[in-house]
Amino acid sequence: MTATPAMSPQPPAATTATFQLDGREVPFNEGQTIIQAALAAGRYIPHLCYHPEFKPHGSCKLCTVKVNGRPAASCTLPAQAGLVVESDTEELNGLRRTLVQMLFAEGNHFCPSCEKSGNCTLQALGYDLGVMTAGFRHFFPDRPVDASHPDILLDFNRCILCELCVRASCEVDGKCVFALSGRGQTKHLVVNAASGRLADTDADLADKAMEVCPVGVIIKKRVGFAQPIGQRRYDARPISAQALEDAPRPGAGSPGCAACEEGG
Amino acid sequence: MSETRKLRVATTSLAGCFGCHMSLLDMDERLFQLLEHIEFDRSPLTDIKHCGPCDIGIVEGGICNAENVHVLREFRKNCKILIALGACAVTGGLPAQRNHLDLGACLQEVYLTEPGLSHGLIPNDPELPLPLDKVHPLHEVVKVDYFIPGCPPSGEAIWTFLTDLLAGRSPHLGHGLIKYD
Amino acid sequence: MTIPEHFPEQVVEDALAAFSGRPENLLQMLIRIQAALGHVPVDVMARLAQALALPLARIRGVVGFYAFLSETPQGLYRVRFSDNITDRMQGGPALLEQMCRRLWLEPGHLSEDGLLTVDTTSCTGMCDQGPALLVNGLAIPRLDPARIDRISDLILARTPLADWPEALFQVDDNLRRRDRLLDHDLAPGDALRTALARGRTGDREAAANARSWREGMPGGQGPLATLEEIKHSNLRGRGGAGFTTGLKWEACRNAPGDARYVVCNADEGEPGTFKDRVLLASQADLLWEGMTVCAYVVGARQGFLYLRGEYLHLLQPLEASLARRRRAGLLGRDILGQAGFDFDITIHLGAGAYVCGEESALLESLEGKRGIPRNRPPYPVSHGYLQRPTVVNNVETFCAAALVARHGGDWYREAGTAKSSGTKLLSVAGDCSRPGIYEYPFGVTVAQVLADCGAEDAQAVQVSGPSGVCIGREGFGRRIAFEDLATAGAFTIFNSQRDMFLVARNYTRFFAHESCGFCTPCRVGTAMLKNIMDKIEAGHGTPYDLAEIEQLDRVLQTSAHCGLGHTACNPTLDTLKAFRPAYERRMTSLDFEPAFDLDGALAKARQMTGRDDAGAHLSLKDHP
Repeated sequence: MTATPAMSPQPPAATTATFQLDGREVPFNEGQTIIQAALAAGRYIPHLCYHPEFKPHGSCKLCTVKVNGRPAASCTLPAQAGLVVESDTEELNGLRRTLVQMLFAEGNHFCPSCEKSGNCTLQALGYDLGVMTAGFRHFFPDRPVDASHPDILLDFNRCILCELCVRASCEVDGKCVFALSGRGQTKHLVVNAASGRLADTDADLADKAMEVCPVGVIIKKRVGFAQPIGQRRYDARPISAQALEDAPRPGAGSPGCAACEEGG
Repeated sequence: MSETRKLRVATTSLAGCFGCHMSLLDMDERLFQLLEHIEFDRSPLTDIKHCGPCDIGIVEGGICNAENVHVLREFRKNCKILIALGACAVTGGLPAQRNHLDLGACLQEVYLTEPGLSHGLIPNDPELPLPLDKVHPLHEVVKVDYFIPGCPPSGEAIWTFLTDLLAGRSPHLGHGLIKYD
Repeated sequence: MTIPEHFPEQVVEDALAAFSGRPENLLQMLIRIQAALGHVPVDVMARLAQALALPLARIRGVVGFYAFLSETPQGLYRVRFSDNITDRMQGGPALLEQMCRRLWLEPGHLSEDGLLTVDTTSCTGMCDQGPALLVNGLAIPRLDPARIDRISDLILARTPLADWPEALFQVDDNLRRRDRLLDHDLAPGDALRTALARGRTGDREAAANARSWREGMPGGQGPLATLEEIKHSNLRGRGGAGFTTGLKWEACRNAPGDARYVVCNADEGEPGTFKDRVLLASQADLLWEGMTVCAYVVGARQGFLYLRGEYLHLLQPLEASLARRRRAGLLGRDILGQAGFDFDITIHLGAGAYVCGEESALLESLEGKRGIPRNRPPYPVSHGYLQRPTVVNNVETFCAAALVARHGGDWYREAGTAKSSGTKLLSVAGDCSRPGIYEYPFGVTVAQVLADCGAEDAQAVQVSGPSGVCIGREGFGRRIAFEDLATAGAFTIFNSQRDMFLVARNYTRFFAHESCGFCTPCRVGTAMLKNIMDKIEAGHGTPYDLAEIEQLDRVLQTSAHCGLGHTACNPTLDTLKAFRPAYERRMTSLDFEPAFDLDGALAKARQMTGRDDAGAHLSLKDHP
């Protein structure tokens, strides 16, 4: 167990508390994490498993920054006055590139045949970070597809285990359709039915959980390529610009979010 | 070596669909600009059968059989710089989607047990290259120096990449040119 | 057939009743059901889901996380061979093979008659008396071919485990060197009486104690006075991290909240460590005493011992020891007659997950969940068990704390070094003539330990297990202390005949097997590291692979979620530094080489086509 980072220089009295991100001050409210404050201030930190509407998770590690010289996940670390945070450095972007490469090598990510291509967060991060290859040896795991549900296809080949669907289903839908089982390389997504089939759960196309998958695991049936390639979410602008547009702003009617209200 | 010497470039398509080569041709009239700086060695464009000493080797497609391995090794041996071009060369691509299947069961089903093929035969002519049990991206078989992802990468992306390389810059594809699909 | 013909109603009802139907006891229920049925059928999970108001998928997730739980039948007998490097050095793999041949089955697969499974498991903590196995969770050490035959016969005869010869299950303590901890003269209750007495004579600040009265904690000066002694002793955690115990207790005591917990981490999973097993077997009262002192200091009413599943054989004796203390008024209500001093201890079992030794993962597991380390801050001292203030300490730490409570901080500081007061228990195993437990004052040199245990030809010592450091001869002058070689206790010796590459490879596999899979770098990185070590082992290693190991290390050090990931590359990097030739002699090429055998990759196609001509083969290097 280690002490929390030092709270050394107090900000000047009577102003909002701030921390430093890559040399510039970022204001924050009590209870905000580093990434929440940064995005609200229009400063991008790459992230994948973090989603403003759900409890921070801290598993993908894409949002790793250096806080007073020590690495930490910016999505789970509470902001504190006077912290010195580095994010946009060659070292940290190199780390993020490697993490993206690891995810591509671990699963079966065949973008040319994936309906999510162009709307995929993992892919968009790869583009923005300049990832040209997975580099590592591909695992080519043998993973199933669940097409049992009338409206929804689950293609586990692309799962990156970010638990966004798990969080959305429990926190928003109140259904807990998804959970994780196994560990290490056997870790995998399971659904809430004895049969293990999505059709036997109470999953519904209108659920929040069905729209949050950052990759192409949860796919709506019968709408394949309705939105042409080239006109998709990350075709117009890179994810670094898109994420700032999506970020909740102070007072801008951000969605109801336990994480934001309670600070995780 | 004179300054005007053109760089020798070899290209080939392994377990791919030639789509990346089509994309290369999509550079259209810029191909002529390119040809002021390069000349082709082995390539579907020249019909030269074996690769000689080259500056740059461009390989489309992944590695799915014994012949692919021979050709890739020939390229690696002769080319100072080896470029994996396109999704299949970079990730294994579409052909690698067979990797979770057992090759024996595949051959069995396709040639022996499928209806209408009950008296079939698994092709065994020595002229035919034998398939590997798995399809591999190039970098799992030889050292690869550069990667251009995309299915296919656009003519623009290939042009940008090659002109950077020819000019001695580290190639950089920005937003819109890096594509995995 | 995964579902029994008749639903095991009684088993499920028993499990629910035994653990008061509370969802945080889910893991304990599952362990009980697994023991009764040999697996946890999905319809049983569905019933639990209903009774506990938990999603079935989450219960399935818990079953899938722990190595000792299974959704599919594992047979009447579940045999697991300990697969630590010491077990391997003592011939474990050959004995596993012998048993599989004898019983006609494949490792990892249920026998055809459904009688048993034989598999491997991570270190079971019997390194000083290996090779070892677990049968239905119970340890059998000192395996040899005769014992394997004996065990096989008992299985074939379907002899109930209760009727197996007791001698098979005899576990030795092997106490080789005692110092102030193992040599103590405390009777049960001595440390507590001293702590209570301190209160009556002390004259420390009353205000802080007023707070404890309000919250129903024991009053008087005792808690603060005892805390001062613990702080003064400079006792540091013995589980490896070395956090100052007094500060931890104080932070927990001062954290807001009405309920506090004391948790003993007896999930001794670090390969090569077994000193907690011996303390639990021989010093249980000292441990309970330390936990109770802690409860007195911080104001806790409930304590837990999280006992690793591999130490199932200790469960009954420990329960009996707790019962004795309850009868003696050392646990329960008004302990030693002190009004309001209520405290009791519950034992929870683990189920085969090394990562649960990490304190926040342990708390998750204690709450019946998958053992995933939590995000920190907040820390357990303020947000521990059920998000309440909690002290989590190692077995040895609590034992030492009991001694400090009895004899005072000054007495404890007499032993050890400036920054490492007191003594340390070492689990000495590997290539030496007297393996076992050695207690030394901090500051002892590695060379001294090697001389004492009869290790004459040591070339390396793995200090503190795979997550610690591997030192070669040039490091034998170093000292066991937080200032130099910090250790949780493992001290595994390798003589000059041992191949240090294989040692590192075993540890690498261990990390990949035990990664919880929560964070990207560890889940993927430990698997990649294992693949590289397998590639080098297969003779395909190149300098490119060594560079990749270094790259993975950087990623894991920087971004892994917990210590497992941070240290996963240590065994490889340490041995690369001290024993590089062990790697180099396996490398056939300076050029790039594929990780797989190209010609082997054609074998299936050759078999299917019946071809064996030159074109049906690939040479190792160039094209023909």
